[in-house]
Amino acid sequence: MKPLAFWIPRPLFSVFLAVLWLLMANSFSPGHILLGAVLGIAIPFLTHPFWPEQARVRRPLPLLKYFLVLLVDIFRSNLIVAGRILGPSRKLSPGFFTFPLELDDDFAITILASTISLTPGTVSAHYDAEQGILLIHALHLEDEADTIADIKERYERPLKEIFR
Amino acid sequence: MTTTGMPWLLELLIAVFLLFGAVVALIGSYGLAKLPDFYMRLHGPTKASTLGVGCVLIGSLLYFTHQQEGVSVQESLVTLFLFATAPASAHMLAKAALHRRLKAVERTRNKPFD
Amino acid sequence: MIALVIPVAMALFSLGALMNLYRLVIGPDLTDRILALDTLMINTIALIVLADIWMGIGFLFEAALLIALMGFVSTVAMSKYLLRGDVIE
Repeated sequence: MKPLAFWIPRPLFSVFLAVLWLLMANSFSPGHILLGAVLGIAIPFLTHPFWPEQARVRRPLPLLKYFLVLLVDIFRSNLIVAGRILGPSRKLSPGFFTFPLELDDDFAITILASTISLTPGTVSAHYDAEQGILLIHALHLEDEADTIADIKERYERPLKEIFR
Repeated sequence: MTTTGMPWLLELLIAVFLLFGAVVALIGSYGLAKLPDFYMRLHGPTKASTLGVGCVLIGSLLYFTHQQEGVSVQESLVTLFLFATAPASAHMLAKAALHRRLKAVERTRNKPFD
Repeated sequence: MIALVIPVAMALFSLGALMNLYRLVIGPDLTDRILALDTLMINTIALIVLADIWMGIGFLFEAALLIALMGFVSTVAMSKYLLRGDVIE
């Protein structure tokens, strides 16, 4: 008898796929739930040799909280960016800066880079894996050290706790 | 479309979502047309347009949830997909722009190249 | 009230699409044009969803999902081409 981890190599991904199927079918009937469960188990089982090493989510609940905070921040930052676009573009002082990463998990870095792209006037432009830095472009850069500290405090620290 | 039998508060909420989304997305497109260099233009579409379409989709979700039997959750799938992919395509485009050594405006700080 | 709001929202999105077309035409670089196409796709998704509500069909959402997929894949493919397929590398 093979262990359970052989049949369900990544449980969170399975749950995600099953929920995705239910959303797609737009129905929560028992038949669709069964089909979603079958797909959620079959797809990771058949494809997991192709996937890179698995990210270990230690605590799913803080991840949920992180996404809620992110949702509010996206909303807030959009209003700020909209204001800057509508204002005179002569007054904007754009700039690049490098962000030293403390994370080492690929999936966590992906989430952090996406977060940076979606929040206050910053877009991640380049990731250097060897030096572990992100090159970020800001629409309006006031204080470099301040922005870096803000990102570290607000996004990187929770991510570090979620992925260990 | 029919709005009979719809509580006016829900109707107002849907209308606010649709209008707000349209205005925000328009600002994003305006930024794309107006801002002076590519790196700055990248900010408009990735943030404003994504949020604008997200708001419209939430409005649509509310509308069809009321019109049809049960919950209509399909729109949330499109929203999720857009929010997951917008940063990725922005990152790829910025990488391509850096590779092509596109000029940033003069006052840009810490330019990676001149 | 929604019957009044939808044409207004559609007009705003169409105006946004026109601005994207402007950027698509004047460029000046290929990356600008790709970005303009990407934004055009996003505006199209919104227009399709609004048409869906306007006509009360309720399943044009599949078209919106497909356009979102195609837009993302084509943007990434074209950026990848600019990164790797350059003649002078």
